[in-house]
Amino acid sequence: MAIPENLKYTKEHEWVRVEGQVGTMGITGHAQEALGDITFVELPKRGAAVTQFKAMATIESVKAASDIYAPVSGTVMEANAQLEAEPGLVNQSPYEKGWIARIAMSDPNEVKNLMDAASYAAYLKESH
Amino acid sequence: MTQDNAPLKTTPLFSAHQELSAKMGPFAGWDMPIQYVGILAEAQHTRRAVSCFDICHMGEFLVEGDATSSGLERCVAANLETLAAGSCRYASMLNEAGGVMDDLIVYRKSAASWMIVVNAARVERDREQFTHHLSPRARFQDVSDAWGKIDLQGPQSRDVLTNFAPKAAGLGYYTFIETRLLGAPAIVSRTGYTGELGFELYLPPAKISALWKRLLADPRVRPAGLGCRDVLRLEMGYSLYGQDMDETTTPLEAGLEKFIDLSKDFIGRPALLKQKKEGRRRHRVFFASRSRRSPRHGHKIFVDGKETGTVTSGTFSPHCGTGIGMGFAAAPLAAGQAIGIGEDAPLFEAIVCTPPFVKQTSLRA
Repeated sequence: MAIPENLKYTKEHEWVRVEGQVGTMGITGHAQEALGDITFVELPKRGAAVTQFKAMATIESVKAASDIYAPVSGTVMEANAQLEAEPGLVNQSPYEKGWIARIAMSDPNEVKNLMDAASYAAYLKESH
Repeated sequence: MTQDNAPLKTTPLFSAHQELSAKMGPFAGWDMPIQYVGILAEAQHTRRAVSCFDICHMGEFLVEGDATSSGLERCVAANLETLAAGSCRYASMLNEAGGVMDDLIVYRKSAASWMIVVNAARVERDREQFTHHLSPRARFQDVSDAWGKIDLQGPQSRDVLTNFAPKAAGLGYYTFIETRLLGAPAIVSRTGYTGELGFELYLPPAKISALWKRLLADPRVRPAGLGCRDVLRLEMGYSLYGQDMDETTTPLEAGLEKFIDLSKDFIGRPALLKQKKEGRRRHRVFFASRSRRSPRHGHKIFVDGKETGTVTSGTFSPHCGTGIGMGFAAAPLAAGQAIGIGEDAPLFEAIVCTPPFVKQTSLRA
């Protein structure tokens, strides 16, 4: 699966799209592929404070439950309610319809701690 | 269960799985296909149409001898005397303490000839138990290397089989025939682990690839992996040996009482009679989540916030649209009762229910 150029990535395989002070995040194509069929996403609550690289949500696949880590710190503005009924969107469209939450970022400088698409691609290659 | 350092064994279909880009994983010492396109899609296809599964890892034994004088009847907890030639019976083999050493299927080939199909992880242990307890006059053979097996499961399995094994296609539930397929000796039984109409096809390993290709040449048939098999068996409430029961579990605790015959003599019977009198420490329980959350092996079961048992198997059921699971509780729980499921504290709610989780299937069609 292609790795979108315009996003930033974590080592735990989350992505974030930064637009001004807002970061929209989800899990990467590689992550959903490794997890297999996603059956449940425990969405973060609106207003919840999240911290970069700390657990912010839980995702379940047929095989296992895993934590999702926040790619940036801030406050959850909105979660993707469509995933409640259709968690499979994370598999079908991890970078678009399968987004998980929008975060009002508290520290835009944190983006420096993330990988760009090329670094993430290299990271994936390395860890294989 | 996998022996450390031992290389994983591969089935004759290993390269076929690679060609299909299957995700492989270790199971009972074998490198097995876990999924092809996806576990949920494969599970849905099996219940709607028909799937084939590589089950070459399972073990097969032959026993020649009269049920009683060979000692075979004493080795298994189900009654073999009443099993007709050409029929199969689900049974368990117990230790002296009544613990389940394995669950297996006995095929009665003729009055004094039997095939026993056992779990891959238990082949060595089972062989030891049989050779130790069978009479020296009985002939015992481990033929696991001489047979491969492909399961063909789903409501359309009979239609697929009709094309090249019409006799086998006519088999009744839990019966089998010894026949020829693709020019080789074969055994076909109307059995399975999915709860759908289905067949298990035994063929020499050298012919397994040809059979796999032949089955997949039918556009209705798709390959399905062990992940799908696990979802389907759990939707039916079937136990998985090593996960839902082991040598410390009696069949009474495991909810398998209807598969044992306490009126005959068998290893472990005194322990079961004692347990029947004194009561069980734990009780099999089935439950469905009130959400899409999946119970997991090792989760705890809570009643009114108090820990009262453990989950032995759990998954998401694509056919129920909820999480489902089975486990053990310290006391019997009534259907309809709300319970909590979680690691150290209740995380989500589930409702106790009666299996199977999927009620309408083609099993007896």
